[in-house]
Amino acid sequence: MTDHLSIPPASHAATVQFGARSWLALAGRWLVRGWGRKSVIGIPYLFLLLFFSLPFLVVLKISVSETEGVQFKDLFEFADGTLTLRIKLANYQFLASDPLYLKTYISSIRFAAICTVLCLFIGYPFAYFMTRARPTLRPILVMLVSLPFWTSYLLRIYAWKGLLDDQGVVNNFLQWLHLIDEPLKMMYTPFSMTIGMVYTYLPFMILPLYGTLVKADPSLLEAAGNLGATPWKAFWLITVPLSKAGIIAGSMLVFIPTVGEYVIPELLGGPQTLMIARVLWEEFFSNVDWPMASAVAVSMVGLILVPLVLFNHYQSGGGTAAGGGGAR
Amino acid sequence: MTAAASAAAAQDVLPGSQYAADDAHFLRVQRLTKRFGEVAAVDDVSISIGKGEIFALLGSSGCGKSTLLRMLAGFETPSSGEIFLEGEEISGLRPFERPINMMFQSYALFPHLNVWENVAFGLKRHGQSREQIATQVERMLSLVQLKPFVQRKPHQLSGGQQQRVALARSLALEPRLLLLDEPLGALDRKLRAQTQFELHSIIKSVGVTCVLVTHDQEEAMTMADRIAVMSAGRLVQVGAPREIYETPATRFVADFIGTVNLFDGMLVEDEADHCVIEAPAGRFFVGHGITGVKGQRLSVALRPEKIEIATRAPEGTQYNCLQGRVVESAYFGASSLYRVALADGTRLQVSVPNSERHGEVIAVGTEVFASCRPESLVVLVN
Repeated sequence: MTDHLSIPPASHAATVQFGARSWLALAGRWLVRGWGRKSVIGIPYLFLLLFFSLPFLVVLKISVSETEGVQFKDLFEFADGTLTLRIKLANYQFLASDPLYLKTYISSIRFAAICTVLCLFIGYPFAYFMTRARPTLRPILVMLVSLPFWTSYLLRIYAWKGLLDDQGVVNNFLQWLHLIDEPLKMMYTPFSMTIGMVYTYLPFMILPLYGTLVKADPSLLEAAGNLGATPWKAFWLITVPLSKAGIIAGSMLVFIPTVGEYVIPELLGGPQTLMIARVLWEEFFSNVDWPMASAVAVSMVGLILVPLVLFNHYQSGGGTAAGGGGAR
Repeated sequence: MTAAASAAAAQDVLPGSQYAADDAHFLRVQRLTKRFGEVAAVDDVSISIGKGEIFALLGSSGCGKSTLLRMLAGFETPSSGEIFLEGEEISGLRPFERPINMMFQSYALFPHLNVWENVAFGLKRHGQSREQIATQVERMLSLVQLKPFVQRKPHQLSGGQQQRVALARSLALEPRLLLLDEPLGALDRKLRAQTQFELHSIIKSVGVTCVLVTHDQEEAMTMADRIAVMSAGRLVQVGAPREIYETPATRFVADFIGTVNLFDGMLVEDEADHCVIEAPAGRFFVGHGITGVKGQRLSVALRPEKIEIATRAPEGTQYNCLQGRVVESAYFGASSLYRVALADGTRLQVSVPNSERHGEVIAVGTEVFASCRPESLVVLVN
């Protein structure tokens, strides 16, 4: 204020004018910045919307449309001044009535859940000790976890065949040790498929867990110890709750793709391993029943959407706690 | 030392601050050493702390004060030495077995628990009943005046409120020893000054024995009954705040606590009631005798606020009067600081209280006489 008083009137007016102009510039910049922010968020969303929902809508349409030979009839028909919408739900009815599909869905969820739990039990100590390693060693450990991604996923799954086959490395070794007389049946069983899925998806569990655990403040554990908590108690009361976000993220990253996993059940699974993606494949390419296959696909998306919604709900609910942890 | 501590404690009217002479060795640290590789972070430290006393470990960063505190809490294992709490050797106990609670510098509040749960955490671990826990948490929260905030998570609290939650949590178990690691370090200046007194009165009202670590001498002086100045893992001086400031034992302490003018000189006269030291800056007549030999090299320490400056020479002094020219001056409000260049080139710092609103202002470039009383000088044997 004192500065303004000493300025002669003419230049004072100039200041005001400049002020107005700078306001305009500021408003302009705000708009541009707003636009930038919107496009940064908007473009990926638009991309996802287009390339996820359009094919999905096509599949959804196929699943409820009637067929005429190999042609799909339009859902909307305009004739005699009436617009009719015909939705065929027979495929869904069949889906619900044939126990095979229900069994397959349940079996898929069961295998995915088992894999998620196994990944969590293997991955949590793994990630925990990674954070306990020397800070200089940690980037190397993170790289080692993600190293398998450098080779083809298919190749790595195939390698398990060589290990678990009747004439595979494991059986040969056990026979050489005379621990077994004849080869153990490991391939094409739930065992081989579970191993393959846990092996493949373990990094997706470890990395988010590592991400949250590495941020944990070590003085919190000291404080817990100082207040009388044994190290084990402190782990359960402090470390685990504070890594909730990582546990949820890791579990979702394992659960969702394993429910719909096709390659691993195809290569390592057997007759006992009913997985929805294989049924889907058969409907599409063996039975060439596209509407039925589409109905299976739509149901599968619904099956995955439910945990996704739950996940989002927990993320936003747990967000405050995680945010508080991050602010520290 | 203990006499000084009890004298300081006796001034306090709050209950729990008095302690009997038997309790003088409530906490006894004996020849404690902690080595990290070749470096001794804490080097052969022995201290006795009385019951109900607030004891400050003061030193710059890396002096070993935090390591010493962490050994008391059990987070570090001593390389050698013992810690006795009420005569019981505790250095073998793990952190969760010690009747000691600590307030962390970062407060280390559990971010996923609210204020109530944070304070109750320790009580739950000690298997108290639901009613006992509720009563104690309530008592602690009213002690630190945080009752309206029980449901809040730590990140929803201000820095000062977080500090009080941390205090309540560390007091909830009624520890025999309370450790404070830089208790006010995370607060801004204004809040710190206010909190110092609050924290002091809460600790004194509870009556808990307390060891605090700080690098802030003002914090140590307001809070503590006794201060231990640490440097390079060793205790340099232990005493009441006044003792440390007015009679520093070494050059390091004199320089570390507050501001000081130091003159290196030679002992030329040593009597029972006085001694005279000859320095390039002038001759100093010191109002106490020392045990030294003539010709010995010594230092004289003089606090800036114990110097008077005048434009005219004071009468009848051949000692303790230095002539020089003001080269810099700074106005701080409550006081003004002058830097005076003496004949031999040394700079003398003089602090003058601004007791009058329109008092005399000494301009830069003025020739001045700086004088002090014989008892203001402290002789330091190097």
